Amino acid sequence: MVGTPTFINLAWLVPVFPLLGFLIIGFSDKGLKNNMAGIIGSLAILLSFLFTVILFFVMKSSGQESATISMFNWIAIGSMNIPFAFLIDHLSITMMLIITGVGTLIHVYSIGYMHDDERVNSFFAQMNLFTFSMLLLVMGANYLVLFIGWEGVGLCSYLLIGFWFKNPEYNYAARKAFIMNRIGDLGFILGIILVFFTFKTVTFSEVFAQAAAFPVGTAVITTITILLLVGAVGKSAQIPLFTWLPDAMAGPTPVSALIHAATMVTAGIYMIARSSVLYNLAPITLNIIIVIGLATALMAAIIGLKQNDIKKVLAYSTVSQLGYMFLALGLGAYSTAVFHVTTHAFFKALLFLGAGSVIHAMGGEQDIRKMGGLKGKMPITYWTFLAATLAISGIPPFSGFFSKDLILNKAFEHNIILYILALGGALITCFYMFRLLYLVFFGKQRLANSHPHESPSFMTIPLIVLAVLSVFGGFLNVPSLFGGNSNFSSFLQSATTSLSIEEMSHSTEILLIFISLALLGFVIFLAYRTFVTKTSIPKDDSVPMPSFGKVVYNKFYIDEIYAALFEKPLGFLSDFFFNKVENTVLDPAVDGIGTLTARFGTLVRKLQQGNMSFYLFTMVAGILLFIIFILII
Amino acid sequence: MKEISSVIQLIPLEYYLVLSGTLFSIGLMGVLFRRNIIAILMCIELMFNSVNLLLTAFSAYHSDPAGQVFVFFIMIVAAAEVAVGLSIVVMMKRNVESVDINLLNRLKW
Repeated sequence: MVGTPTFINLAWLVPVFPLLGFLIIGFSDKGLKNNMAGIIGSLAILLSFLFTVILFFVMKSSGQESATISMFNWIAIGSMNIPFAFLIDHLSITMMLIITGVGTLIHVYSIGYMHDDERVNSFFAQMNLFTFSMLLLVMGANYLVLFIGWEGVGLCSYLLIGFWFKNPEYNYAARKAFIMNRIGDLGFILGIILVFFTFKTVTFSEVFAQAAAFPVGTAVITTITILLLVGAVGKSAQIPLFTWLPDAMAGPTPVSALIHAATMVTAGIYMIARSSVLYNLAPITLNIIIVIGLATALMAAIIGLKQNDIKKVLAYSTVSQLGYMFLALGLGAYSTAVFHVTTHAFFKALLFLGAGSVIHAMGGEQDIRKMGGLKGKMPITYWTFLAATLAISGIPPFSGFFSKDLILNKAFEHNIILYILALGGALITCFYMFRLLYLVFFGKQRLANSHPHESPSFMTIPLIVLAVLSVFGGFLNVPSLFGGNSNFSSFLQSATTSLSIEEMSHSTEILLIFISLALLGFVIFLAYRTFVTKTSIPKDDSVPMPSFGKVVYNKFYIDEIYAALFEKPLGFLSDFFFNKVENTVLDPAVDGIGTLTARFGTLVRKLQQGNMSFYLFTMVAGILLFIIFILII
Repeated sequence: MKEISSVIQLIPLEYYLVLSGTLFSIGLMGVLFRRNIIAILMCIELMFNSVNLLLTAFSAYHSDPAGQVFVFFIMIVAAAEVAVGLSIVVMMKRNVESVDINLLNRLKW
């Protein structure tokens, strides 16, 4: 705290604004009318955002790389001392900018999207609470503060997925997300405990300083990283814990945009990037991350090909993009992963908000088979959606191109097979995104008796801002090939230590870009021919599908497999314990003790006749017996 | 004092023991077999006093005044007990119009 510019010490205000927003909206629950809750909520996040921007520039101009702001001594038992402290460095400020920036836009959008809902006030209170928790997560200076935020976002995610709790299916989805996250959190907290055991501290700077003394591949570091990875896999929806994210689309669309696309699900990536020092010491874990990331990217992309719900497609594409981020992490390119987090936050938030705009216009219809021809009806939504689609497909000069290209390059440098698989995933991504775009916006309108209209400006302005970011966001990190100097990556260099990989030559790089561009162009053409020229609409559910298509349509039966592997045995076990152990052993035993006491009571009660002479007699007899007893002994 | 205790010691201790035991047994029998609550109270007093007698006798034989001090305390407590007991008897008489304890068999549970 000593010697740091005073302004940075005020960084704790950033999470305070959303917390205040949450308290104000939460406590004046029914008192707020006419969008007031939305305005307060948006203002709270906007203030945080402005504050973060100022912080960013202060940090940049002062050249300071990190600052720790200790709030108070949180846990102090014996030698254990855990302060409640914030760490502001280049990594956390980047995440803070994304969270508050995209968060502001989504809050503003929600004013328009949610204004008809009767529980709009709770909605904004929970959204603000989420933003607060997420800021806590990225600003924490030790693993425990991070963990508070980690659990906080999990809770808000649960609340917001089940926001329309009158629908039992939505509640089921919320529970599923919560339980899946719990499984991950178990690994995460075990990892934190092991960190504490090994280093006697959980503060990042101290842990990483001590970790430098360990040789590469130490077993304990590998164990720590794997346990932390389990947490990240749960939160960031990777194989095998990814099935909650598509179901999480039960929540209102702005929630999907903010929590299940732009911010919360990237917490795992943030945490691994934050712990890069540890991960660099554990090459085994890095290889596991590569396998998980690539498998998730491919599998989710393939499932995305066959989905017919607009939000489900986007959900699987989110899982797939998170897989790419994991791939980048596994390759040791932490700053690249965070860069993809950034661009992904822009274009995926935009895609979700665009989808929300479409759903809003269609009166709640989410099935893309019933949409079509919205291009002319909703021009702003169409153009912004197109920008986001181009960005996620990786078409230059849109933002996704720069980040995805960087990941593909790293994969190429590592292993050509990785590159081919990752490129294949990118092509599939491109195909299903254009399939979505063509089915929704092109062709003829397929739903009769509906009059789609452009959304109100509360909703379209955030779309436009996000579209601008999606288009130009990539220029934050222009590689040297295009005359840039990778600003973003070098900015993060102080906070994450990426594994150094030799730069590939520019000619190879150009070749790779041309290959991928040619393939992408072909895929877009293919999608156009299939869905626009031939107007082949995905068939109704009742029409039987070819075997492989059916497997993909049913998401590889992952949910069913999990049900068979875990739900069924556990359900059987609990049935067994309920019917056999509880009903035939425990219940009778407990009841028996009660009945026995009551029986004995009725027996003994007979003695209490109310006859005084009898009492006196027994008293004297008792005393006599007592005396005889003493005399005998 | 010396004279009184020496007078007491003129009679052998066994006599006191027998007299006290007899009085106590009479009192006990009275408590067990009388139905009149006033008689029962009197019998309790009898038992008290048999014990007092014994205490005094031992006190004299052992030349220890503590036994006699105890007797005074017992008398005070007995006086208080009689006050409470008699007031209960009065209330009983008012409520059940009798002093027979067998009529009080509703005092249960």
